[in-house]
Amino acid sequence: MSALTDFVEPVEEAPEPYEHYLNHKYGLASWLLTKDHKRIAILYLISVSLFFVLGGVMAVIIRLELTTPEGDLVQADIYNRLFTMHGILMIFFFLIPAIPGVLGNFLIPLMIGAKDLAFPKINLLSWYIYVVGGLFTFYALLAGGVDTGWTFYAPLSTSYTNTPVITVALGIFITGFSSILTGLNFVVTIHRMRAPGLTWFRLPLFVWAHYATSLIQILGTPVIAITILLLAAERIAHVGIFDPKLGGDPVLFQHFFWFYSHPAVYIMILPAMGVVSELVAAFARKPVFGYHFVAFSSIAIAVLGFLVWAHHMFVAGISVYAAAVFSILSMLVAIPSAVKVFNWTTTLYKGSISWETPMLYALGFIGLFTIGGLTGVMLATLGIDLHVHDTYFIIAHFHYIMVGGAIMGYMGGLHYWWPKITGKLYPRFWSKVGALTIFIGFNVTFFPQFILGYLGMPRRYHAYPNEFQVLNVMSSAGATVLGLGYLIPAIYFIWSMRYGKDASANPWGAIGLEWETNSPPPVENFDEIPTVTWGAYEYHESKVTPSLPPPRPKGEVVRV
Amino acid sequence: MSEMQSAAMTSSSAHAHAGDHPSNLAHHFQSYEQQRESASLGVWVFLVTEIMFFGGLFTAYILYRSRYPEAFIAGSHQLDVMLGTVNTAVLICSSLTMAMAVRSAQLGRAKAIAGFLVATIILGSAFLGIKATEYHHKWVEHLIPGADFHLEASHLPTSHGKPVTSDLPTGIVGESRADVPLPAAGPKDIQAHTQLFFFLYFGMTGLHALHMIIGVGLLAWLIRPSLQGRFDGNNHNYVEGIGLYWHFVDIVWIFLFPLLYLVGRHG
Amino acid sequence: MSSATHVLPLRIYFGVFFALLVLTGTTVGVAFIDLGPFNNVVALGVAVLKATLVILFFMHVRYSTRLTGLVIVSGIFWLVIMVGLTFVDYATRGWLGVAGR
Repeated sequence: MSALTDFVEPVEEAPEPYEHYLNHKYGLASWLLTKDHKRIAILYLISVSLFFVLGGVMAVIIRLELTTPEGDLVQADIYNRLFTMHGILMIFFFLIPAIPGVLGNFLIPLMIGAKDLAFPKINLLSWYIYVVGGLFTFYALLAGGVDTGWTFYAPLSTSYTNTPVITVALGIFITGFSSILTGLNFVVTIHRMRAPGLTWFRLPLFVWAHYATSLIQILGTPVIAITILLLAAERIAHVGIFDPKLGGDPVLFQHFFWFYSHPAVYIMILPAMGVVSELVAAFARKPVFGYHFVAFSSIAIAVLGFLVWAHHMFVAGISVYAAAVFSILSMLVAIPSAVKVFNWTTTLYKGSISWETPMLYALGFIGLFTIGGLTGVMLATLGIDLHVHDTYFIIAHFHYIMVGGAIMGYMGGLHYWWPKITGKLYPRFWSKVGALTIFIGFNVTFFPQFILGYLGMPRRYHAYPNEFQVLNVMSSAGATVLGLGYLIPAIYFIWSMRYGKDASANPWGAIGLEWETNSPPPVENFDEIPTVTWGAYEYHESKVTPSLPPPRPKGEVVRV
Repeated sequence: MSEMQSAAMTSSSAHAHAGDHPSNLAHHFQSYEQQRESASLGVWVFLVTEIMFFGGLFTAYILYRSRYPEAFIAGSHQLDVMLGTVNTAVLICSSLTMAMAVRSAQLGRAKAIAGFLVATIILGSAFLGIKATEYHHKWVEHLIPGADFHLEASHLPTSHGKPVTSDLPTGIVGESRADVPLPAAGPKDIQAHTQLFFFLYFGMTGLHALHMIIGVGLLAWLIRPSLQGRFDGNNHNYVEGIGLYWHFVDIVWIFLFPLLYLVGRHG
Repeated sequence: MSSATHVLPLRIYFGVFFALLVLTGTTVGVAFIDLGPFNNVVALGVAVLKATLVILFFMHVRYSTRLTGLVIVSGIFWLVIMVGLTFVDYATRGWLGVAGR
């Protein structure tokens, strides 16, 4: 069993006990009133996991319903609430906060050689705001949930539905401030708290990715905030801003909604891309190819991501000329994403590849994100989109990116940095089983949905024509495997906190300031702020940096 | 390996340096300058979020004003230009007193800071008082959007005795080349479109007023620490930050005033 | 150098203050004169000028880092994107001559 839990540098004996951020203080108050970015990351870990489970339960019921063509498990009205709440919980309460809140919070100060984020109290406030927003939404869920789709378009949401729209909208409004404050904190931290010598182009790409994400959070989230206020005003007072009978335009709601919600998908994917850059460098033992290109591509995605929102509205009634403009812009935004994929792949070439679990997730990400992204370019093409809009093709497209991309990035990051965060190692064998199960389950779930959508099965329907059943059953079977796949890491992560072997400071032999401190890190991260004179991924054998572990010679086999 | 570990491991005296760290310099900052510049950048980034927040309302305003020009003229004419101008002047004065407060903080003059803060609060409250009066007028005149909204026909603006109309057919911006002609704007439409104007009026000035109220609260919160001598040349980030917020709210009004009060005032 | 250490002379504050009042009077006065489409231009132009004075002097941006200026410009630019690209739709509706497009 011991060989199965060992990593690159197995720890022969337990290190001497020392004070770190987990044992520094005990008690509920020391957690709920903490200003330590590392503890706040753990708070986020717990809360996002709870919302993930909740959203996942909805997905289970949805997929169960869809095993048969008839709408026989739940009524149409309930089904509407299920997919709406699934979307809202997963997007606003899991995907958007997860990587920045957990990994970003924990790692950014460590990676830049700082003692904390720029505004530690605001960091804690961010978490509380997130929880309050989540509670509002949870309350709405208990009150029956909303049935408008997570996009809550007018006039259904403003005039016709009888569900607690305003409660949910309020929950999202409140949580939006959490997103804004986190982004603000990261931007100021990265600008002002880098260690001496740590120039922008020596930063890990994880930091660049979070900087770009923070730009989006700052510039985009306020617009969904005002949209929600307008929605509430329309719903309460029927002023007419979105009502054509009173001179308003329902498409205006869509413009406002998507102005945020499209960049929001980049909030969800950019941090995962940052994780993948780190994983690929560490497990190919090579600097990321084209560092500058990858860094700038993050910024490019953030900027271009704001220029494409109306590609969600091609069939909504916007002018043909606007559709053409947004179509072209949407194709442009694929370019920086492709740059990243090319550069990661080139990083792997002639690298010293090791097949650790984080690497499995990174490779899975690269493949699945490519598929999701390419289908995105297909959707940017007006002719295709007219055919597949509001079908399962769209659902498959965004799940490839969000689950095959973002969630795999998140899992890879968790597996990579778990020893640093908890000081514990997880069982290697089971972690690989988990990764493989997730990968297989995911593809069996969502690839058939591309075909279903292309064949014409609409989304948001709980009943469908008989000829679609085979693919639906396949998809639901895959979903079962996927669900089991997520269960496996949940079990061994929790197991590892009690029974896992202790991790050394750098179990992967990786390069980065976070690997310079112990696992888990001490409260203040660094006793003395280091002065950085080296680049982000200096895995070259010719360069020797005194404070880092000696680079491994190429070709050395790493013992299992 | 263990050497590496002990080199990397920080000593257990994590608090050893606490003694030489001044109490008004947060533990994670290395210098007053870093603390100051971080605070300043933080506030500016927050103001950018406010630009985008108000921006949504400005976008809606631009859209509907370009679509329904005569309704917006009608709506604007119901507002009192005199009160609006006075309010603008009041806010500009409050910006001056706020800037004076920040300047006093830079110079560490405790009583001056407090005095200018109080002056700003008084001026801000005057603004809110005038705004409340205007809102009351609107309520009396049935111009609050909702079921009770009604614009008196006699209040529709006229030019040389004839009602003001625009050349644009209702409903779209720009010329329509469609074969289907659009219906001309009827009296019910003017009511609905003017209601849109007032929705935007109350929405934008209401959101602005909410920010003013929060601003007044923040200013009041600063008075005690000012009198306690907490602010000096090295450390006055809260005063400067709240000052930036106050000036921003002033700038929003600088745009709101002409857009809402001065539409089609000539002729 | 950070703006906080730079204390501006009083005459700058009062100068900007008086300019703002004068500009306010101007914008009100011009509103009552028929300049056709230029009414909008003048109104917005004066507002932009007033805002610039407040930003540069009351908010100390004239004496701040380049990063501060970049942040402000980005914010305004993003607002322009939101309004501009939304109007790519609204301004071109009906151009095709087909109902609903």
